[in-house]
Amino acid sequence: MITFDNVHKSFGPKKVLRGVNLEIPKGESMVIIGGSGTGKSVALKCVLGLITPDSGTINVDGKDATLGDRDAFLARFGMLFQGGALFDSLSVWQNVAFRLLRGSLKRPKDEAREIAIEKLRRVGLTPDVADLFPSELSGGMQKRVGLARAIAAEPEIIFFDEPTTGLDPIMSGVINDLIREIVVEMGATAMTITHDMTSVRAIADKVAMLHDGVIQWTGPVSEMDNSGDPYLTQFISGSAEGPIEAVR
Amino acid sequence: MILTAPLAALGRATLALLAMIGQVALFALSALSHILRPPFYGREFASALLNVGWLSLPVVGLTAIFTGAALALQIYDGGSRFSAEAVVPQIVAIGMVRELGPVLVGLMVAARVTSSIAAEIATMKVTEQIDALVTLSTHPMKYLTAPRVLAALLVVPLLVGVGDIIGVYGGFLVATGTLGFNPATYITNTWNFLENSDIISSLIKGSVFGFIAATMGCYYGMNSGRGAQGVGRATKSSVQAAAVLILAANFALTSLFFAS
Repeated sequence: MITFDNVHKSFGPKKVLRGVNLEIPKGESMVIIGGSGTGKSVALKCVLGLITPDSGTINVDGKDATLGDRDAFLARFGMLFQGGALFDSLSVWQNVAFRLLRGSLKRPKDEAREIAIEKLRRVGLTPDVADLFPSELSGGMQKRVGLARAIAAEPEIIFFDEPTTGLDPIMSGVINDLIREIVVEMGATAMTITHDMTSVRAIADKVAMLHDGVIQWTGPVSEMDNSGDPYLTQFISGSAEGPIEAVR
Repeated sequence: MILTAPLAALGRATLALLAMIGQVALFALSALSHILRPPFYGREFASALLNVGWLSLPVVGLTAIFTGAALALQIYDGGSRFSAEAVVPQIVAIGMVRELGPVLVGLMVAARVTSSIAAEIATMKVTEQIDALVTLSTHPMKYLTAPRVLAALLVVPLLVGVGDIIGVYGGFLVATGTLGFNPATYITNTWNFLENSDIISSLIKGSVFGFIAATMGCYYGMNSGRGAQGVGRATKSSVQAAAVLILAANFALTSLFFAS
């Protein structure tokens, strides 16, 4: 379980997180929604230690995320970045098997390559892309490779940062379905941040709405449409009228 | 208020400069400490050796040969004013080995290697590849900085050695080809005049300049701002800082070795 307890984070005068409280139960898929620049990515990066909160605590399975062995902690996570964040200098299979080629999870090269090809197959890519470089792939293929890399070491917790941004609606649907299948199949805890409502409905068990640095609403995805929360209702409907200020 | 505003601005700029010097010093120490502690990334080190060393050879060779050749012409012409044309081999040798070899190689490495390191790491930062490294349990200082800094520390002295030899050869070509020097005498005069300390100081300078060039590239890359503008600024600043620090370090090292 991942627990945010009164987490604050500012960048200079800009207060991004103003006391985030949230629980993500083990094995559930939580999707955090909210407008651009509301701090969704910041919240996610705080869990991984990529950004240090100013105050408050984040616990993973009851232990403070900032304490203890970093490598062992990060070995439990997989992450799909918004732009893929694939390493340009490495081939596709070396990207996927990155964690299996070095560090505590190191395997022999042939075995790592085999696992990488199996993961590529899992995300719908054929083995012939294994020796290509990321720059030779389309946006959708890069997302798939990023997804394969995120699941290569069988993590317990997977983070997805805007998984469908920049993709066409059909490819977005494919990625959403893949994410859902993989999360269910692996029994992983998933935390996704997005503002794509199709993704929310496809991926989420639970939804949390982040606005103004706090969680405005959280609940099961089935209750999202009848929440009665004005912020969530405005966000879902995409209306310019409502409590969320829309700059025209 | 109006009177104190320039002073306040000066104070702010001075404090910012001091803070940056502190950050660069801490970054350099951190890079050195990561070089000494495992894990070591052999593939990245080999790739950095190739990029910093082997691929810099053409530009270093061309720079050195033209500089050595021009130096020979200048010394011959200047020396003729007081009938000292015969000192061309000695002055070319000492000029190239003690000063021009290390400095020009250092500046060429700053132009070629510092810029490419800064641009590559800055691009990795803006495309979240550095964050991805962290989430894959890999320390960016260890994976990106340590191999590049160690490679530059070891290979730039070799480049300086090569540059020294090619520079002297450039002088030899001009002196024997157009100025009428005897080849055997030229080589003997060069060889007899140089001392071990000249060569050792040249190689030490190379090592220090290599360290500066790679560290500046990594520092500005890691601290790059967002977007294409951030990458551009990081690249420009890294080369500026490396070039100025190389020239300043050259003065400090020359004072240390020879000002006695």
